[in-house]
Amino acid sequence: MAGMTMSQKILAAHAGLTEVKPGQLIEADLDLVLGNDITSPVAIKEMEKFNTKSVFDKDKIALVPDHFVPNKDIKSAENCKCVREFAKRNSITNYFEVGQMGIEHALLPEKGLTLPGDLIIGADSHTCTYGALGAFSTGVGSTDMAAGMATGKAWFKVPSAIKFDLVGELPKYVSGKDVILHIIGMIGVDGALYKSMEFTGEGVKALSMDDRFTIANMAIEAGGKNGIFPVDEKTIEYLKEHAAGKEYKTFEADPDAEYDEEYTIDLSSLKSTVAFPHLPENTHTFDDIDEIKIDQVVIGSCTNGRIDDIRMAAEILKGRKVADGIRCIIIPATQAIYMQAMEEGLLKIFIEAGAVVSTPTCGPCLGGYMGILASGERCVSTTNRNFVGRMGATDSEIYLASPAVAAASAVTGKLSQPSEL
Amino acid sequence: MKEAKGKVFKFGDNVDTDVIIPARYLNTTDHAELAAHCMEDIDKTFIQNVKEGDIIVANKNFGCGSSREHAPIAIKAAGVSCVIAETFARIFYRNSINIGLPIVECKEAATEIAAGDTVSINFDTGVITDETTGKTYQGQAFPPFMQKIIDSEGLVNYINAK
Repeated sequence: MAGMTMSQKILAAHAGLTEVKPGQLIEADLDLVLGNDITSPVAIKEMEKFNTKSVFDKDKIALVPDHFVPNKDIKSAENCKCVREFAKRNSITNYFEVGQMGIEHALLPEKGLTLPGDLIIGADSHTCTYGALGAFSTGVGSTDMAAGMATGKAWFKVPSAIKFDLVGELPKYVSGKDVILHIIGMIGVDGALYKSMEFTGEGVKALSMDDRFTIANMAIEAGGKNGIFPVDEKTIEYLKEHAAGKEYKTFEADPDAEYDEEYTIDLSSLKSTVAFPHLPENTHTFDDIDEIKIDQVVIGSCTNGRIDDIRMAAEILKGRKVADGIRCIIIPATQAIYMQAMEEGLLKIFIEAGAVVSTPTCGPCLGGYMGILASGERCVSTTNRNFVGRMGATDSEIYLASPAVAAASAVTGKLSQPSEL
Repeated sequence: MKEAKGKVFKFGDNVDTDVIIPARYLNTTDHAELAAHCMEDIDKTFIQNVKEGDIIVANKNFGCGSSREHAPIAIKAAGVSCVIAETFARIFYRNSINIGLPIVECKEAATEIAAGDTVSINFDTGVITDETTGKTYQGQAFPPFMQKIIDSEGLVNYINAK
Protein backbone atom coordinates (compact mmCIF):
# COMPACT_ATOMS: atom_id res chain seq x y z
CA MET A 1 0.00 0.00 0.00
CA ALA A 2 1.17 3.52 -0.85
CA GLY A 3 2.08 5.89 1.96
CA MET A 4 -0.37 8.36 3.40
CA THR A 5 -0.63 12.12 3.00
CA MET A 6 -0.38 14.36 6.07
CA SER A 7 -4.20 14.78 6.08
CA GLN A 8 -4.78 11.03 5.80
CA LYS A 9 -2.45 10.34 8.72
CA ILE A 10 -4.33 12.74 10.99
CA LEU A 11 -7.66 11.18 10.01
CA ALA A 12 -6.33 7.65 10.57
CA ALA A 13 -5.00 8.57 14.02
CA HIS A 14 -8.38 10.00 15.04
CA ALA A 15 -10.27 6.98 13.72
CA GLY A 16 -8.05 4.55 15.65
CA LEU A 17 -6.73 3.07 12.40
CA THR A 18 -3.16 2.42 11.32
CA GLU A 19 -3.96 3.28 7.72
CA VAL A 20 -6.71 4.77 5.59
CA LYS A 21 -7.11 5.13 1.85
CA PRO A 22 -8.85 7.74 -0.30
CA GLY A 23 -12.60 7.19 -0.54
CA GLN A 24 -12.77 5.19 2.68
CA LEU A 25 -15.59 6.27 5.02
CA ILE A 26 -14.48 6.64 8.62
CA GLU A 27 -15.85 7.86 11.92
CA ALA A 28 -13.31 9.93 13.81
CA ASP A 29 -12.91 11.62 17.21
CA LEU A 30 -12.93 15.41 17.19
CA ASP A 31 -10.59 17.74 19.08
CA LEU A 32 -12.70 20.86 18.53
CA VAL A 33 -16.17 21.73 17.23
CA LEU A 34 -16.78 25.34 16.20
CA GLY A 35 -19.82 27.44 15.42
CA ASN A 36 -20.70 31.11 14.92
CA ASP A 37 -23.81 33.26 15.33
CA ILE A 38 -25.21 32.24 11.91
CA THR A 39 -24.67 28.49 12.05
CA SER A 40 -24.91 27.72 15.79
CA PRO A 41 -28.61 28.61 16.22
CA VAL A 42 -29.50 26.02 13.54
CA ALA A 43 -27.23 23.48 15.27
CA ILE A 44 -28.69 24.26 18.69
CA LYS A 45 -32.21 23.56 17.33
CA GLU A 46 -30.92 20.24 15.93
CA MET A 47 -29.24 19.40 19.25
CA GLU A 48 -32.68 19.32 20.88
CA LYS A 49 -33.64 16.39 18.64
CA PHE A 50 -30.81 14.17 19.88
CA ASN A 51 -31.49 11.57 22.54
CA THR A 52 -28.47 12.95 24.39
CA LYS A 53 -29.17 16.60 25.10
CA SER A 54 -25.78 17.37 26.65
CA VAL A 55 -22.51 18.25 24.92
CA PHE A 56 -19.70 15.69 24.69
CA ASP A 57 -17.04 17.96 26.21
CA LYS A 58 -17.58 21.57 27.28
CA ASP A 59 -13.89 22.34 26.71
CA LYS A 60 -13.86 21.12 23.10
CA ILE A 61 -16.56 23.37 21.71
CA ALA A 62 -15.91 26.94 20.60
CA LEU A 63 -18.79 29.36 20.05
CA VAL A 64 -17.83 32.65 18.45
CA PRO A 65 -20.54 35.15 17.58
CA ASP A 66 -18.71 37.17 14.90
CA HIS A 67 -20.73 37.42 11.69
CA PHE A 68 -23.47 39.94 12.55
CA VAL A 69 -21.87 40.98 15.85
CA PRO A 70 -22.08 43.48 17.55
CA ASN A 71 -25.73 42.71 16.75
CA LYS A 72 -26.79 44.40 13.53
CA ASP A 73 -30.54 44.04 14.04
CA ILE A 74 -33.16 42.45 16.29
CA LYS A 75 -33.11 39.08 14.55
CA SER A 76 -29.31 38.89 14.82
CA ALA A 77 -29.58 39.83 18.48
CA GLU A 78 -32.03 36.95 19.00
CA ASN A 79 -29.61 34.53 17.30
CA CYS A 80 -26.76 35.70 19.54
CA LYS A 81 -29.01 35.39 22.58
CA CYS A 82 -29.74 31.80 21.59
CA VAL A 83 -25.99 31.04 21.33
CA ARG A 84 -25.18 32.86 24.57
CA GLU A 85 -27.87 31.00 26.52
CA PHE A 86 -26.81 27.65 25.07
CA ALA A 87 -23.20 28.37 26.04
CA LYS A 88 -24.26 29.25 29.57
CA ARG A 89 -26.60 26.25 29.92
CA ASN A 90 -23.82 23.88 28.87
CA SER A 91 -20.97 25.72 30.64
CA ILE A 92 -19.09 26.04 27.33
CA THR A 93 -15.55 27.13 28.21
CA ASN A 94 -14.75 28.78 24.89
CA TYR A 95 -17.64 31.15 24.31
CA PHE A 96 -16.42 34.58 23.29
CA GLU A 97 -18.63 37.56 24.07
CA VAL A 98 -18.29 40.97 22.40
CA GLY A 99 -15.18 42.43 24.00
CA GLN A 100 -13.30 39.13 23.81
CA MET A 101 -14.74 38.11 20.46
CA GLY A 102 -12.81 38.26 17.22
CA ILE A 103 -13.28 36.74 13.78
CA GLU A 104 -13.33 33.03 14.61
CA HIS A 105 -10.51 31.84 12.34
CA ALA A 106 -8.15 34.55 13.58
CA LEU A 107 -9.29 34.20 17.18
CA LEU A 108 -9.03 30.45 17.83
CA PRO A 109 -5.35 30.05 16.77
CA GLU A 110 -4.52 33.21 18.73
CA LYS A 111 -6.13 31.65 21.82
CA GLY A 112 -4.15 28.43 21.34
CA LEU A 113 -7.29 26.35 20.68
CA THR A 114 -6.14 24.88 17.35
CA LEU A 115 -3.04 22.71 17.49
CA PRO A 116 -0.96 20.65 15.07
CA GLY A 117 -2.37 17.18 14.50
CA ASP A 118 -5.85 18.18 15.72
CA LEU A 119 -9.02 17.10 13.95
CA ILE A 120 -11.36 20.08 13.87
CA ILE A 121 -14.77 20.69 12.35
CA GLY A 122 -16.49 24.02 12.23
CA ALA A 123 -19.86 25.16 10.96
CA ASP A 124 -18.14 27.74 8.84
CA SER A 125 -16.55 27.02 5.49
CA HIS A 126 -13.30 28.82 6.34
CA THR A 127 -12.57 26.40 9.19
CA CYS A 128 -9.88 25.05 6.84
CA THR A 129 -7.71 27.98 8.09
CA TYR A 130 -6.18 25.92 10.94
CA GLY A 131 -4.36 23.74 8.43
CA ALA A 132 -1.74 26.49 8.60
CA LEU A 133 -0.78 25.00 11.99
CA GLY A 134 -0.72 21.42 10.72
CA ALA A 135 -4.24 20.50 11.86
CA PHE A 136 -6.84 18.71 9.75
CA SER A 137 -9.70 21.18 9.87
CA THR A 138 -12.70 21.43 7.64
CA GLY A 139 -15.99 23.25 7.27
CA VAL A 140 -19.29 21.46 7.82
CA GLY A 141 -22.92 22.45 8.25
CA SER A 142 -25.01 22.96 11.34
CA THR A 143 -26.29 19.37 11.61
CA ASP A 144 -22.71 18.04 11.55
CA MET A 145 -21.85 20.64 14.18
CA ALA A 146 -24.78 19.48 16.32
CA ALA A 147 -23.75 15.83 15.95
CA GLY A 148 -20.16 16.81 16.77
CA MET A 149 -21.25 18.68 19.90
CA ALA A 150 -23.43 15.76 21.02
CA THR A 151 -21.11 12.84 20.23
CA GLY A 152 -17.59 14.24 19.74
CA LYS A 153 -17.42 12.40 16.45
CA ALA A 154 -17.95 13.05 12.75
CA TRP A 155 -17.97 10.93 9.61
CA PHE A 156 -15.48 11.65 6.85
CA LYS A 157 -14.73 10.36 3.41
CA VAL A 158 -10.93 10.13 3.36
CA PRO A 159 -9.77 12.64 0.73
CA SER A 160 -7.11 12.22 -1.91
CA ALA A 161 -4.75 15.17 -2.23
CA ILE A 162 -3.08 17.71 -4.46
CA LYS A 163 0.50 18.63 -3.57
CA PHE A 164 1.78 22.17 -3.97
CA ASP A 165 5.55 22.27 -3.78
CA LEU A 166 6.50 25.86 -2.93
CA VAL A 167 9.96 27.12 -3.84
CA GLY A 168 11.64 30.53 -3.63
CA GLU A 169 10.56 33.62 -1.72
CA LEU A 170 7.78 36.13 -2.34
CA PRO A 171 8.76 39.55 -3.71
CA LYS A 172 8.00 42.74 -1.72
CA TYR A 173 4.25 43.55 -1.59
CA VAL A 174 3.34 40.03 -2.73
CA SER A 175 1.79 37.93 0.03
CA GLY A 176 -0.08 34.76 0.95
CA LYS A 177 -3.24 36.17 -0.65
CA ASP A 178 -1.51 36.39 -4.02
CA VAL A 179 -0.28 32.79 -3.63
CA ILE A 180 -3.73 31.37 -3.01
CA LEU A 181 -5.44 33.55 -5.64
CA HIS A 182 -2.78 32.42 -8.14
CA ILE A 183 -3.49 28.78 -7.25
CA ILE A 184 -7.28 29.18 -7.48
CA GLY A 185 -6.85 30.91 -10.84
CA MET A 186 -4.74 27.97 -11.98
CA ILE A 187 -6.91 25.05 -10.81
CA GLY A 188 -10.37 26.70 -10.67
CA VAL A 189 -13.06 26.98 -8.01
CA ASP A 190 -13.64 23.23 -8.10
CA GLY A 191 -10.05 22.27 -8.85
CA ALA A 192 -9.58 20.64 -5.46
CA LEU A 193 -13.19 19.44 -4.98
CA TYR A 194 -13.36 16.88 -2.11
CA LYS A 195 -9.53 16.91 -1.90
CA SER A 196 -6.80 18.00 0.50
CA MET A 197 -4.47 20.76 -0.62
CA GLU A 198 -1.09 19.96 0.90
CA PHE A 199 1.48 22.77 0.80
CA THR A 200 5.08 21.74 1.16
CA GLY A 201 8.61 22.50 -0.02
CA GLU A 202 11.42 24.81 1.04
CA GLY A 203 9.35 27.85 0.06
CA VAL A 204 7.11 27.29 3.09
CA LYS A 205 9.93 28.37 5.42
CA ALA A 206 9.90 31.92 4.12
CA LEU A 207 6.13 32.31 4.51
CA SER A 208 4.98 34.02 7.70
CA MET A 209 2.33 32.28 9.81
CA ASP A 210 -0.14 34.97 8.73
CA ASP A 211 0.61 34.17 5.07
CA ARG A 212 0.01 30.49 5.80
CA PHE A 213 -3.31 31.23 7.53
CA THR A 214 -4.42 33.20 4.48
CA ILE A 215 -3.44 30.40 2.09
CA ALA A 216 -5.08 27.60 4.10
CA ASN A 217 -8.14 29.83 4.67
CA MET A 218 -9.01 29.95 0.97
CA ALA A 219 -8.55 26.22 0.22
CA ILE A 220 -12.37 26.11 0.24
CA GLU A 221 -12.44 28.61 -2.65
CA ALA A 222 -10.77 25.91 -4.76
CA GLY A 223 -13.39 23.41 -3.51
CA GLY A 224 -10.84 21.82 -1.15
CA LYS A 225 -11.80 19.80 1.90
CA ASN A 226 -8.79 21.12 3.78
CA GLY A 227 -5.52 22.94 3.23
CA ILE A 228 -2.52 21.94 5.30
CA PHE A 229 1.06 23.00 6.00
CA PRO A 230 3.90 21.07 7.61
CA VAL A 231 4.92 22.05 11.14
CA ASP A 232 8.27 23.90 11.15
CA GLU A 233 10.25 26.32 13.35
CA LYS A 234 7.85 29.17 12.61
CA THR A 235 4.85 27.06 13.62
CA ILE A 236 6.60 26.08 16.86
CA GLU A 237 7.45 29.73 17.58
CA TYR A 238 3.80 30.67 17.02
CA LEU A 239 2.64 27.91 19.36
CA LYS A 240 5.11 28.96 22.06
CA GLU A 241 3.52 32.39 21.99
CA HIS A 242 -0.12 31.32 21.72
CA ALA A 243 -0.39 27.80 23.13
CA ALA A 244 2.39 27.59 25.71
CA GLY A 245 2.39 24.35 27.66
CA LYS A 246 -0.15 22.60 25.43
CA GLU A 247 0.72 19.19 24.04
CA TYR A 248 0.29 18.31 20.41
CA LYS A 249 1.37 15.72 17.91
CA THR A 250 2.92 16.51 14.56
CA PHE A 251 2.35 14.47 11.43
CA GLU A 252 4.29 14.38 8.18
CA ALA A 253 3.28 12.99 4.82
CA ASP A 254 5.00 9.69 3.95
CA PRO A 255 7.71 10.07 1.30
CA ASP A 256 5.75 7.64 -0.90
CA ALA A 257 2.36 9.28 -0.36
CA GLU A 258 0.29 9.41 -3.53
CA TYR A 259 -1.14 12.65 -4.90
CA ASP A 260 -3.72 13.13 -7.66
CA GLU A 261 -1.71 16.07 -8.97
CA GLU A 262 1.51 17.86 -8.07
CA TYR A 263 2.36 21.48 -8.80
CA THR A 264 5.57 23.40 -8.24
CA ILE A 265 5.04 27.07 -7.49
CA ASP A 266 7.97 29.46 -7.64
CA LEU A 267 7.00 32.13 -5.11
CA SER A 268 9.58 34.56 -6.49
CA SER A 269 7.73 34.61 -9.83
CA LEU A 270 4.36 35.59 -8.36
CA LYS A 271 2.84 39.05 -8.79
CA SER A 272 0.03 40.94 -7.12
CA THR A 273 -3.08 39.02 -8.16
CA VAL A 274 -6.71 40.12 -8.25
CA ALA A 275 -9.83 37.96 -8.63
CA PHE A 276 -12.42 39.78 -10.73
CA PRO A 277 -16.18 39.41 -10.31
CA HIS A 278 -17.90 37.01 -9.82
CA LEU A 279 -15.65 34.04 -9.09
CA PRO A 280 -12.38 33.69 -7.14
CA GLU A 281 -10.90 31.87 -10.17
CA ASN A 282 -11.20 34.94 -12.43
CA THR A 283 -7.68 36.04 -11.61
CA HIS A 284 -5.61 38.75 -13.27
CA THR A 285 -2.25 40.34 -12.63
CA PHE A 286 -1.64 44.02 -13.30
CA ASP A 287 -0.10 43.12 -16.65
CA ASP A 288 -3.63 42.86 -18.04
CA ILE A 289 -5.70 45.17 -15.86
CA ASP A 290 -7.16 48.32 -17.41
CA GLU A 291 -8.37 51.26 -15.34
CA ILE A 292 -11.07 50.13 -12.94
CA LYS A 293 -12.52 52.89 -10.79
CA ILE A 294 -13.77 51.87 -7.37
CA ASP A 295 -16.07 53.11 -4.60
CA GLN A 296 -14.94 51.19 -1.53
CA VAL A 297 -12.05 49.26 -0.01
CA VAL A 298 -12.37 46.65 2.74
CA ILE A 299 -9.28 45.41 4.58
CA GLY A 300 -10.08 42.65 7.06
CA SER A 301 -11.88 39.27 7.38
CA CYS A 302 -10.76 35.78 8.38
CA THR A 303 -8.61 35.83 5.25
CA ASN A 304 -6.69 39.07 5.75
CA GLY A 305 -7.45 40.76 9.07
CA ARG A 306 -4.29 39.65 10.91
CA ILE A 307 -1.46 41.85 12.14
CA ASP A 308 0.74 41.32 9.04
CA ASP A 309 -2.19 42.48 6.91
CA ILE A 310 -2.93 45.51 9.06
CA ARG A 311 0.77 46.45 9.11
CA MET A 312 0.97 46.20 5.32
CA ALA A 313 -2.08 48.44 4.92
CA ALA A 314 -0.50 50.96 7.32
CA GLU A 315 2.83 50.89 5.50
CA ILE A 316 1.06 51.93 2.33
CA LEU A 317 -1.39 54.42 3.86
CA LYS A 318 1.24 56.15 6.03
CA GLY A 319 1.46 59.83 5.07
CA ARG A 320 -1.05 59.31 2.26
CA LYS A 321 -4.76 60.01 1.93
CA VAL A 322 -7.67 57.85 0.89
CA ALA A 323 -8.82 59.25 -2.48
CA ASP A 324 -11.80 61.62 -2.52
CA GLY A 325 -15.09 59.77 -2.53
CA ILE A 326 -13.62 56.40 -1.56
CA ARG A 327 -14.76 54.64 1.62
CA CYS A 328 -11.89 52.69 3.16
CA ILE A 329 -12.95 50.31 5.95
CA ILE A 330 -10.29 48.55 8.02
CA ILE A 331 -11.28 45.73 10.37
CA PRO A 332 -8.61 44.17 12.62
CA ALA A 333 -9.79 40.58 13.10
CA THR A 334 -9.43 40.29 16.87
CA GLN A 335 -9.18 42.49 19.96
CA ALA A 336 -5.50 41.52 20.35
CA ILE A 337 -4.75 42.55 16.76
CA TYR A 338 -6.70 45.79 17.33
CA MET A 339 -4.63 46.46 20.47
CA GLN A 340 -1.38 45.65 18.69
CA ALA A 341 -2.32 48.01 15.86
CA MET A 342 -3.09 50.71 18.40
CA GLU A 343 0.21 50.24 20.23
CA GLU A 344 2.16 50.38 16.98
CA GLY A 345 0.40 53.61 16.00
CA LEU A 346 -1.31 52.01 12.99
CA LEU A 347 -4.81 53.16 13.93
CA LYS A 348 -3.58 56.75 13.89
CA ILE A 349 -2.15 56.25 10.42
CA PHE A 350 -5.50 54.91 9.20
CA ILE A 351 -7.55 57.69 10.74
CA GLU A 352 -5.18 60.37 9.44
CA ALA A 353 -5.44 58.82 5.99
CA GLY A 354 -9.23 59.10 6.12
CA ALA A 355 -10.02 55.43 6.64
CA VAL A 356 -12.40 54.07 9.29
CA VAL A 357 -11.42 51.33 11.74
CA SER A 358 -14.05 48.92 13.03
CA THR A 359 -14.42 46.50 15.91
CA PRO A 360 -13.84 42.87 14.82
CA THR A 361 -16.72 41.52 12.69
CA CYS A 362 -17.24 39.49 9.52
CA GLY A 363 -19.78 42.22 8.62
CA PRO A 364 -19.16 43.36 5.05
CA CYS A 365 -17.48 40.18 3.75
CA LEU A 366 -20.80 38.40 3.48
CA GLY A 367 -22.96 41.46 2.94
CA GLY A 368 -24.09 41.58 6.56
CA TYR A 369 -23.41 45.18 7.49
CA MET A 370 -20.55 47.70 7.95
CA GLY A 371 -19.95 48.37 4.27
CA ILE A 372 -22.79 47.12 2.04
CA LEU A 373 -22.49 48.02 -1.64
CA ALA A 374 -25.18 49.89 -3.58
CA SER A 375 -26.20 49.09 -7.11
CA GLY A 376 -23.32 49.36 -9.58
CA GLU A 377 -20.66 50.01 -6.93
CA ARG A 378 -17.23 48.41 -6.95
CA CYS A 379 -15.13 47.31 -3.99
CA VAL A 380 -11.54 46.12 -3.71
CA SER A 381 -11.64 43.72 -0.79
CA THR A 382 -9.18 41.50 1.06
CA THR A 383 -12.05 39.07 1.78
CA ASN A 384 -12.51 35.66 0.17
CA ARG A 385 -15.59 35.61 -2.08
CA ASN A 386 -16.77 37.79 -4.92
CA PHE A 387 -19.99 36.00 -5.81
CA VAL A 388 -23.01 37.88 -7.19
CA GLY A 389 -24.53 39.94 -4.38
CA ARG A 390 -22.01 38.77 -1.79
CA MET A 391 -21.38 42.28 -0.40
CA GLY A 392 -24.64 43.94 -1.34
CA ALA A 393 -26.55 44.74 -4.53
CA THR A 394 -26.56 41.95 -7.11
CA ASP A 395 -25.01 44.28 -9.69
CA SER A 396 -22.23 45.48 -7.39
CA GLU A 397 -18.72 44.13 -7.98
CA ILE A 398 -16.03 42.75 -5.67
CA TYR A 399 -12.35 42.54 -6.62
CA LEU A 400 -10.49 40.19 -4.27
CA ALA A 401 -6.93 41.26 -3.53
CA SER A 402 -4.13 41.45 -0.99
CA PRO A 403 -3.97 44.12 1.74
CA ALA A 404 -1.17 45.84 -0.25
CA VAL A 405 -3.33 46.12 -3.38
CA ALA A 406 -6.41 47.11 -1.38
CA ALA A 407 -4.55 49.90 0.45
CA ALA A 408 -2.91 51.16 -2.76
CA SER A 409 -6.33 51.17 -4.45
CA ALA A 410 -7.79 53.23 -1.59
CA VAL A 411 -5.17 55.90 -2.28
CA THR A 412 -5.62 56.05 -6.08
CA GLY A 413 -9.37 55.42 -6.22
CA LYS A 414 -8.84 52.69 -8.80
CA LEU A 415 -7.62 49.12 -8.75
CA SER A 416 -3.86 49.62 -8.23
CA GLN A 417 -0.72 47.90 -7.06
CA PRO A 418 1.69 49.57 -4.60
CA SER A 419 4.26 50.37 -7.32
CA GLU A 420 1.75 52.82 -8.84
CA LEU A 421 1.96 55.11 -5.82
CA MET B 1 -38.95 9.34 0.03
CA LYS B 2 -38.52 6.67 -2.63
CA GLU B 3 -39.17 8.77 -5.69
CA ALA B 4 -39.58 12.33 -6.86
CA LYS B 5 -41.30 13.85 -9.85
CA GLY B 6 -41.60 17.43 -10.97
CA LYS B 7 -40.84 20.23 -13.36
CA VAL B 8 -37.22 21.24 -13.90
CA PHE B 9 -35.60 24.56 -13.01
CA LYS B 10 -32.22 24.72 -14.72
CA PHE B 11 -29.05 26.46 -13.52
CA GLY B 12 -25.41 26.55 -14.68
CA ASP B 13 -22.00 26.02 -13.09
CA ASN B 14 -20.89 27.12 -9.59
CA VAL B 15 -24.29 28.09 -8.17
CA ASP B 16 -23.06 29.41 -4.82
CA THR B 17 -24.79 29.47 -1.45
CA ASP B 18 -24.86 33.29 -1.53
CA VAL B 19 -27.29 33.23 -4.46
CA ILE B 20 -29.20 30.22 -3.06
CA ILE B 21 -29.88 32.15 0.15
CA PRO B 22 -28.28 35.61 0.43
CA ALA B 23 -26.58 36.38 3.75
CA ARG B 24 -28.92 39.31 4.35
CA TYR B 25 -31.54 36.67 5.26
CA LEU B 26 -29.27 34.63 7.53
CA ASN B 27 -30.50 36.47 10.60
CA THR B 28 -33.32 33.91 10.73
CA THR B 29 -33.47 30.13 11.12
CA ASP B 30 -37.16 29.92 10.17
CA HIS B 31 -37.52 27.46 7.30
CA ALA B 32 -40.49 29.16 5.62
CA GLU B 33 -38.81 32.56 5.81
CA LEU B 34 -35.62 31.14 4.27
CA ALA B 35 -37.66 29.43 1.54
CA ALA B 36 -39.30 32.75 0.65
CA HIS B 37 -35.87 34.03 -0.52
CA CYS B 38 -34.59 30.82 -2.09
CA MET B 39 -32.53 31.47 -5.28
CA GLU B 40 -33.44 35.17 -5.02
CA ASP B 41 -30.12 36.54 -6.29
CA ILE B 42 -29.92 34.23 -9.32
CA ASP B 43 -33.61 33.96 -10.31
CA LYS B 44 -36.02 36.45 -8.74
CA THR B 45 -39.06 34.59 -10.13
CA PHE B 46 -38.01 31.14 -8.86
CA ILE B 47 -39.95 31.25 -5.62
CA GLN B 48 -43.16 32.43 -7.34
CA ASN B 49 -42.95 29.64 -9.91
CA VAL B 50 -41.63 26.66 -7.97
CA LYS B 51 -44.23 24.06 -6.98
CA GLU B 52 -44.09 21.24 -4.45
CA GLY B 53 -42.08 18.38 -5.94
CA ASP B 54 -40.19 20.42 -8.56
CA ILE B 55 -36.58 19.61 -9.36
CA ILE B 56 -33.42 21.70 -9.68
CA VAL B 57 -30.92 20.62 -12.34
CA ALA B 58 -27.51 22.32 -12.46
CA ASN B 59 -24.02 21.77 -13.78
CA LYS B 60 -20.79 21.52 -11.81
CA ASN B 61 -19.94 22.56 -8.23
CA PHE B 62 -23.53 23.26 -7.11
CA GLY B 63 -23.69 24.82 -3.65
CA CYS B 64 -20.14 26.14 -3.52
CA GLY B 65 -19.12 28.77 -0.99
CA SER B 66 -20.33 29.10 2.55
CA SER B 67 -21.20 26.23 4.89
CA ARG B 68 -24.65 27.67 5.59
CA GLU B 69 -27.10 24.81 6.02
CA HIS B 70 -29.72 27.47 5.38
CA ALA B 71 -29.07 26.81 1.65
CA PRO B 72 -30.31 23.19 1.43
CA ILE B 73 -32.94 24.05 4.09
CA ALA B 74 -34.29 26.87 1.87
CA ILE B 75 -34.35 24.59 -1.18
CA LYS B 76 -36.11 21.80 0.69
CA ALA B 77 -38.57 24.16 2.35
CA ALA B 78 -39.37 25.74 -1.04
CA GLY B 79 -40.77 22.34 -2.02
CA VAL B 80 -37.92 21.10 -4.22
CA SER B 81 -37.89 17.30 -4.19
CA CYS B 82 -34.42 16.70 -5.60
CA VAL B 83 -31.32 18.49 -6.91
CA ILE B 84 -29.50 16.85 -9.82
CA ALA B 85 -26.05 18.22 -10.68
CA GLU B 86 -22.87 17.23 -12.44
CA THR B 87 -21.01 17.74 -9.15
CA PHE B 88 -21.78 19.26 -5.75
CA ALA B 89 -19.52 21.32 -3.51
CA ARG B 90 -18.61 19.08 -0.59
CA ILE B 91 -20.16 20.96 2.35
CA PHE B 92 -23.45 21.36 0.46
CA TYR B 93 -23.33 17.63 -0.32
CA ARG B 94 -22.89 16.71 3.36
CA ASN B 95 -25.53 19.18 4.49
CA SER B 96 -28.09 17.86 2.01
CA ILE B 97 -27.60 14.29 3.17
CA ASN B 98 -27.66 15.36 6.81
CA ILE B 99 -30.98 17.21 6.49
CA GLY B 100 -32.59 14.71 4.11
CA LEU B 101 -32.66 16.76 0.88
CA PRO B 102 -32.29 14.23 -1.96
CA ILE B 103 -29.40 15.02 -4.30
CA VAL B 104 -28.09 13.04 -7.27
CA GLU B 105 -24.84 13.39 -9.20
CA CYS B 106 -25.22 12.66 -12.91
CA LYS B 107 -23.26 14.49 -15.59
CA GLU B 108 -25.34 13.37 -18.58
CA ALA B 109 -28.66 14.22 -16.93
CA ALA B 110 -27.29 17.57 -15.76
CA THR B 111 -26.16 18.40 -19.28
CA GLU B 112 -29.10 17.12 -21.31
CA ILE B 113 -32.22 17.80 -19.24
CA ALA B 114 -33.83 21.11 -20.23
CA ALA B 115 -35.66 23.71 -18.17
CA GLY B 116 -39.36 22.96 -17.98
CA ASP B 117 -38.99 19.21 -18.65
CA THR B 118 -40.84 16.85 -16.34
CA VAL B 119 -38.37 14.54 -14.64
CA SER B 120 -38.80 11.63 -12.27
CA ILE B 121 -36.18 9.98 -10.07
CA ASN B 122 -36.29 6.55 -8.46
CA PHE B 123 -34.07 6.80 -5.39
CA ASP B 124 -33.82 3.01 -4.97
CA THR B 125 -32.31 2.48 -8.40
CA GLY B 126 -30.84 5.94 -9.04
CA VAL B 127 -32.59 6.04 -12.41
CA ILE B 128 -33.52 9.51 -13.64
CA THR B 129 -36.22 9.68 -16.34
CA ASP B 130 -36.81 12.77 -18.44
CA GLU B 131 -40.50 12.15 -19.12
CA THR B 132 -40.60 14.99 -21.65
CA THR B 133 -37.93 13.44 -23.89
CA GLY B 134 -38.32 9.83 -22.73
CA LYS B 135 -34.61 9.53 -22.04
CA THR B 136 -33.26 7.78 -18.93
CA TYR B 137 -30.02 8.30 -17.02
CA GLN B 138 -28.25 6.38 -14.28
CA GLY B 139 -27.44 8.59 -11.32
CA GLN B 140 -24.49 7.77 -9.11
CA ALA B 141 -25.38 5.49 -6.18
CA PHE B 142 -24.53 6.59 -2.63
CA PRO B 143 -22.12 4.50 -0.56
CA PRO B 144 -24.18 2.27 1.81
CA PHE B 145 -23.24 4.35 4.86
CA MET B 146 -24.64 7.54 3.34
CA GLN B 147 -27.68 5.65 2.08
CA LYS B 148 -28.39 4.68 5.69
CA ILE B 149 -28.37 8.36 6.73
CA ILE B 150 -30.66 9.18 3.81
CA ASP B 151 -33.00 6.29 4.69
CA SER B 152 -33.11 7.60 8.27
CA GLU B 153 -34.15 10.98 6.79
CA GLY B 154 -31.10 12.72 8.18
CA LEU B 155 -28.12 12.46 10.50
CA VAL B 156 -29.96 13.13 13.76
CA ASN B 157 -32.34 10.18 13.31
CA TYR B 158 -29.46 7.99 12.17
CA ILE B 159 -27.43 8.76 15.30
CA ASN B 160 -30.45 8.40 17.58
CA ALA B 161 -31.20 4.97 16.10
CA LYS B 162 -27.65 3.72 16.60
